[in-house]
Amino acid sequence: MEEKKKLGIYIHIPFCVKKCLYCDFLSDKADRDVTDRYIEALKKEIGYTALNSIDFKGQFVVKTIFFGGGTPSLMDGEVITDILDAIRERFDVSNEAEITIECNPGTVTKQKLDQYKKAGINRLSIGLQSANDDELKLLGRIHDYRQFLETYSQAKEAGFENINIDLMSAIPGQTVDSYKETLEKITALSPKHISAYSLIIEPDTPFYEIYSDDLSHSCCDTSGINSPAGYSKWPSLPDEDSERQMYHMTKSILEEAGYHRYEISNYSLKGYECRHNISYWNGTDYLGLGVGAASYMNGIRYSNTSDIYTYMKACEKLDNIPTSEYFFDDEEDAPDDTDYLNKEGYHEAIQPLSKNERMEEFMFLGLRMMEGISKKGFKERFNTSIEDVYGDVIKKLTDQKLLEDSGDIIKLTDRGIDVSNVVLANFLL
Amino acid sequence: MARVDQSKIRNFCIVAHIDHGKSTLADRIIEKTGLLTQREMQEQVLDNMDIERERGITIKAQTVRTVYKANDGQEYIFNLIDTPGHVDFNYEVSRSLAACDGAILVVDAAQGIEAQTLANVYLALDHNLDVFPVINKIDLPSAEPQRVIDEIEDVIGLEAQDAPLISAKNGTGIEDVLEQIVAKIPPPNGDPDAPLKALIFDSLYDSYRGVIVFCRLMDGHVSRGSRIRMMATGAVCEVVEVGTFGAGQFIPCDELSAGMVGYITASIKNVKDTAVGDTITDDENPCKEALPGYKEVHSMVYCGMYPADSAKYEDLKDALAKLQLNDASLHFEPETSIALGFGFRCGFLGLLHLEIIQERLEREYNLDLVTTAPGVIYRVYKTNGEMIELTNPSNLPDPSEIDYMEEPIVNAEIMVTTEFIGAIMQLCQERRGRHISMDYMEETRVLLKYELPLNEIIYDFFDALKSRSRGYASFDYDLKGYEKAELVKLDILINKEEVDALSFIVHKDSAYERGRKMCEKLKEEIPRHLFEIPIQAAVGGKVIARETVKAMRKDVLAKCYGGDITRKKKLLEKQKEGKKRMRQIGNVEIPQKAFMSVLKLDED
Repeated sequence: MEEKKKLGIYIHIPFCVKKCLYCDFLSDKADRDVTDRYIEALKKEIGYTALNSIDFKGQFVVKTIFFGGGTPSLMDGEVITDILDAIRERFDVSNEAEITIECNPGTVTKQKLDQYKKAGINRLSIGLQSANDDELKLLGRIHDYRQFLETYSQAKEAGFENINIDLMSAIPGQTVDSYKETLEKITALSPKHISAYSLIIEPDTPFYEIYSDDLSHSCCDTSGINSPAGYSKWPSLPDEDSERQMYHMTKSILEEAGYHRYEISNYSLKGYECRHNISYWNGTDYLGLGVGAASYMNGIRYSNTSDIYTYMKACEKLDNIPTSEYFFDDEEDAPDDTDYLNKEGYHEAIQPLSKNERMEEFMFLGLRMMEGISKKGFKERFNTSIEDVYGDVIKKLTDQKLLEDSGDIIKLTDRGIDVSNVVLANFLL
Repeated sequence: MARVDQSKIRNFCIVAHIDHGKSTLADRIIEKTGLLTQREMQEQVLDNMDIERERGITIKAQTVRTVYKANDGQEYIFNLIDTPGHVDFNYEVSRSLAACDGAILVVDAAQGIEAQTLANVYLALDHNLDVFPVINKIDLPSAEPQRVIDEIEDVIGLEAQDAPLISAKNGTGIEDVLEQIVAKIPPPNGDPDAPLKALIFDSLYDSYRGVIVFCRLMDGHVSRGSRIRMMATGAVCEVVEVGTFGAGQFIPCDELSAGMVGYITASIKNVKDTAVGDTITDDENPCKEALPGYKEVHSMVYCGMYPADSAKYEDLKDALAKLQLNDASLHFEPETSIALGFGFRCGFLGLLHLEIIQERLEREYNLDLVTTAPGVIYRVYKTNGEMIELTNPSNLPDPSEIDYMEEPIVNAEIMVTTEFIGAIMQLCQERRGRHISMDYMEETRVLLKYELPLNEIIYDFFDALKSRSRGYASFDYDLKGYEKAELVKLDILINKEEVDALSFIVHKDSAYERGRKMCEKLKEEIPRHLFEIPIQAAVGGKVIARETVKAMRKDVLAKCYGGDITRKKKLLEKQKEGKKRMRQIGNVEIPQKAFMSVLKLDED
């Protein structure tokens, strides 16, 4: 029998206690009845998706599951158990599957963590961002560092080995020293995985209102958003020199502590790379379930509607749509059209990728991985030599010392990582 | 067939300062004479280009024929020739006026006489038109009709006590205007049997019929089959159709005769053959002499126009050629810029004309353009006795070959309330103006006369004038001639490479200031690169100002979440798209808009 294809499943839980000031993800606080209704809709979607369109059980083995948000750890243990049961019932979930849930300090108890563990969760991703309470307050986080430590030790007690901690640099008011302290405190805990991002001021966030004029690093006006307690105005973003220093310090301190950088912003101890995250970069199929979730199945990218009411209404009607209409055996037989995604009424941005688009993604996603991409891998996948498609670009970027070309493997240089957008944009055809 | 009775024709135009209600009155006249029902009236029938409506100005002359049944029981033919309302088009205005026998002067009941009111009324009087005033906008709370009537009598010397008091907007008093047109505008008195003598006051290119010539017959008659000759250009052709104007329509008729206003088509391929101001006569039986006043139109302002996407060069060429079919005052010739590639050096009547052409190219022909700083025509006298007319700064000869240079000077008239005299005089001073006179029009308003270099007023002078007078100053100018001036070429170097498209000619004394501002502005516009980029302004190889664009240090994607690859790709695409709108100079990518933003160096 032919080996089954790997599949990742992403489950979106769009609820938060309170939205952080920098956050542009699909999330918000919600009432209990909306939450309940949403979870019911989500379970319907899981069941329906698995029975339709694709023979998931026959063709795919689920290697990773990721609960993201929002704050999925707002959900009780029973809810997560129910969802995972629903998935196991409909999909072939591998015994060694990596199953992650994002946790916010201050939203879990030991009891809840025990239930998660029992339900099969084996990896926690804790959103800390900073070990400095003033910085946490500025970001609009709901917790302080002490609460994080509590959550962290509860997690260890509950038996979670594989834990990620999210950190952020370039936070308003942050200094090189305060960031260094955060890194040192966290490495002392030796979690298996650390995600370290620079704060990016995204449009449609309160931070954008406050800081969009400030990106040139002069000090700023409050723009009508009340400054945080204890501040007469919003502190400015770290200047460029400090920001760069923080960025480079991340790498040196974490590597010193035994972490290796396997992706632009992700560090881990050997063997603890986040398999779910990697699957986004290496072209593995993944199914996004829940409002706004993105999927990549059989060469087609699509998203669920980002309107929660549209999503719930559509899911509630799924019972009435005949199932099993569109089974097909393997990728070759997959329908060219995307009809099977249209009829449910909650899929959008459905985009079958052309060969060129798949090549683009192979490059700009693959290069995010520090190990780079393989020329041979390119040839195998596309039956075209990479030189024919990207020869000039690779030559140019190598000359500019943004890429390193060592025969078969091409990867970003340190300088290339710093300006990765500029580098990766070159691979769009 | 009976000839049209000239005593029943009234050929007239409306003159006014901008915004005093000229087009609205025209609309009301058309509406009240029943040419269109109110429902059919599109707001401001005569301004039919989008740009005209948006800007509230008339760019191209429009003509409407309508029939009015007067209180005396007789029917009169009204030919209303709507004239362009901007100083750029003064020559066109003068030819439209020459096609009329009288003019209605519209004055705003609140604002009174303004600079263009005077300029236009004097122009009308110069053409021997009988002018009668109309006081508009009497519905405004701030209207002071009697003050304005007195002002008209005092300042212009025009009898105004029985001027109709109207609100064109509300339709009040329009009958009075119509009766006065009959009573006060003289009928034409040409000789229909004399040799043909007709004035071209406009023309329009139609892809089916060729050029449609708008003309006023002074003497004689013309009909289908007549062989006509344009006396200045010498073009000869056979008339295919003659007719009169509806509202936005051409209504064919059998014959045009003396006193009539109408159109002629004759399979003419190019508007260049039908120059505005030229005289049409009968080829076999020509009139003795042409009508006076014809002149060739010269461009006053030049700039380079380049397609943003160099592959669109041919498209731009075609579009310019098409616009030129309709606009004989548009000039263009191919040029090459190291920075911008292949494009055209284009000549315009003025900055408004330039902007209109630019907008039409962008809207009607869907072209993305890069425009270089507009400049005037300088006269460069070389040591070898040769004189060149310089339209492109890049062509300035080596300083060692230049004896001296001359720049165009205009006579400017600025009307302003007394409280702003100081501010406006200071502005003129800064723009190297020479004060000529200051006359009180009334107690609180003065007419300032200045001689100003044209290159000081072509871009932001009007805006500066408005802002320093809180909108109260009005302005008009005409070309006086050329004068010697100390001019230099200011070059911009980006990453040590001279960017030809950014060079411009400037007076020696303003070079430093302009150079500094250019560098500052470009620093804002040029994105960070992977390396540091010096921006320098230089005169004759000597650097006079410098700024630096720091090297880019970071450009990393934000957290890529939940596998939303599409969104990340869009970011990269935006980056790539942004690059497309850049021009590569050496290894520096300059956004297209940087070339244009330097035109708007802030007034401070």
